[in-house]
Amino acid sequence: MSGARESGYNFAYLDEQTKRMIRRTLLKALAAPGYQAPFGGREMPLAYGWGTGGIQVTASVIGPEDVLKVIDQGADDTTNAVSIRRFFQLVADVETTEATEKATVIQTRHRIPEAPLEEGQIIVYQVPQPEPLRHLEPREVETRKMHAYAEYGLMQVRLYEDIARYGHIATTYDYPVMVNGRYLMAPSPIPKFDNPKMQDNPAIQLFGAGREKRIYAIPPYTSVRSLDFEDHPFRTQSWDQRCALCDADDSYLDEVITDDRGGRMFVCSDTDYCARRRANGHVGAQGAIDPVGEKTDALSGDAQ
Amino acid sequence: MSAAASMRTRAPLMQARSVTRSYGGNIGCRDVSFTLYPGEVIGIVGESGSGKSTLLACLSGRLEPDSGVISYDMRGRGFVDIQTLSEPERRMLMRTDWGMVHQNPRDGLRMAVSAGGNVGERLMAVGARHYGDIRGEAQNWLAKVEIDLERIDDKPRTFSGGMQQRLQIARNLVTTPRLVFMDEPTGGLDVSVQARLLDLLRGLVRELGIAVIVVTHDLAVVRLLADRLMVMRRGEVVEHGLTDQVLDDPHHPYTQLLVSSVLQA
Ligand SMILES: Nc1ncnc2c1ncn2[C@@H]1O[C@H](COP(=O)(O)OP(=O)(O)OP(=O)(O)O)[C@@H](O)[C@H]1O
Ligand SMILES: [Mg+2]
Repeated sequence: MSGARESGYNFAYLDEQTKRMIRRTLLKALAAPGYQAPFGGREMPLAYGWGTGGIQVTASVIGPEDVLKVIDQGADDTTNAVSIRRFFQLVADVETTEATEKATVIQTRHRIPEAPLEEGQIIVYQVPQPEPLRHLEPREVETRKMHAYAEYGLMQVRLYEDIARYGHIATTYDYPVMVNGRYLMAPSPIPKFDNPKMQDNPAIQLFGAGREKRIYAIPPYTSVRSLDFEDHPFRTQSWDQRCALCDADDSYLDEVITDDRGGRMFVCSDTDYCARRRANGHVGAQGAIDPVGEKTDALSGDAQ
Repeated sequence: MSAAASMRTRAPLMQARSVTRSYGGNIGCRDVSFTLYPGEVIGIVGESGSGKSTLLACLSGRLEPDSGVISYDMRGRGFVDIQTLSEPERRMLMRTDWGMVHQNPRDGLRMAVSAGGNVGERLMAVGARHYGDIRGEAQNWLAKVEIDLERIDDKPRTFSGGMQQRLQIARNLVTTPRLVFMDEPTGGLDVSVQARLLDLLRGLVRELGIAVIVVTHDLAVVRLLADRLMVMRRGEVVEHGLTDQVLDDPHHPYTQLLVSSVLQA
């Protein structure tokens, strides 16, 4: 706590009253899994789009004993992840880690770690657009009614449009899910590869949207079903190759450019997972020659 | 009208009793009563501001009347005062057993969604989850409203006005509603396009036995489509009867004026 005191901030930046308000919203969100609970968001010392919603949620649940991991696109060392981690080091003085299983709180943008989460862990998603129906129905009053009355045919229309245009469901990230058989939810722009991880997850999953001032949640062991059609069932992405560095065949791969002559390779987007595998002796096709640092440089330049 | 005669022997589909709605001091519609039978088409005519749209909005549950009762024979439930329905029940009715064709296709279509998606939406809203089946139904209905199947994946904004109206009709009829509300369905269309649309509408309505309440200021529309006619003036129904009788032998001076086409230009 000394760091926080010295810096002149309240612990974890937010004042206690704001934290209480956000915690109440979190409880409401956990009680109605997938329901977007409005909250009185605070101005944060970061621009919207930098995860202000996630930061407020993290600030409200984190305590001095917590261990924080922050990832962006699966990596711990991208600009966004680094600045959020530094922010919490400064205002909460918490221990940080890159190891998924050591973390008690994980704030993420665009990925769910490959290592299975466990009971007692909290994962906080940064959400740019909490309303899955927004593209098709711009009126907030109307989307609110659709959620209230569970009128979700319109979401199915979006998937229909995908198949009509591309022959398959082309939505690859922020792929809509039904939570606990009741609320339609935007899982934030994680790849659909990660959708099955939300299902029956032992960890607490919290979602914060700063600009839209909405919080939603998935309690541990909750049903999370990806929408689909009977004749076009939900499928995750798959690759016909393994991670070039750690040889994993079960993780989400990013294509990265390795040189200026068009060289490419596929590597784990989850840098912690990849590094751990290599430390355990797994070697991919280019794992022996390629230094670790180069891969992460390529990744950070690849942010969407 | 043999169709109208046989309707009398059936139970009514909708009944309106003394429906009244005003806007502050302005009368919207006043003391309107009628009975609609299954498969029957009622036309509501009258000059601009006579209360046609207000009445239609009340009947379709989009506007609450100040007084009066509108009851509807709900499938599996019998007669229900539509004011007693909860909002989700009313919305469910609106996308299953009822339909609404708007004058402006923008109000009735999703302009950012393909023609097929527009038609399929209601099916998906009631639980259809087989893409092939939904698409098959959409094709079916596009054919019925004479839209080239090649256009199934095009957005309605690339359609002509007449095509947009036909798409609206297909989008509504796909769940085989028993009652469709129409507010100036041919308004803003060229005369030749209007004629084709009316022809198509008449065919579909007869074939499927759908009841229609159609609001228009165009007597040609009701002449072609409506079994019965209500003439409105200043919010009230001044004349009511079989379409041909009202148009060929109008009793109320206002109707006489309307028919003599003085007010039609
Ligand atoms: N939202 C409103 N607020 C106030 N007055 C209204 C409103 N809507 C309609 N009115 C008034 O109620 C009366 C009936 O209007 P309504 O729109 O029902 O007529 P209409 O027969 O549909 O006319 P039109 O042929 O021009 O569409 C008019 O005097 C109109 O000015
Ligand atoms: Mg009108």
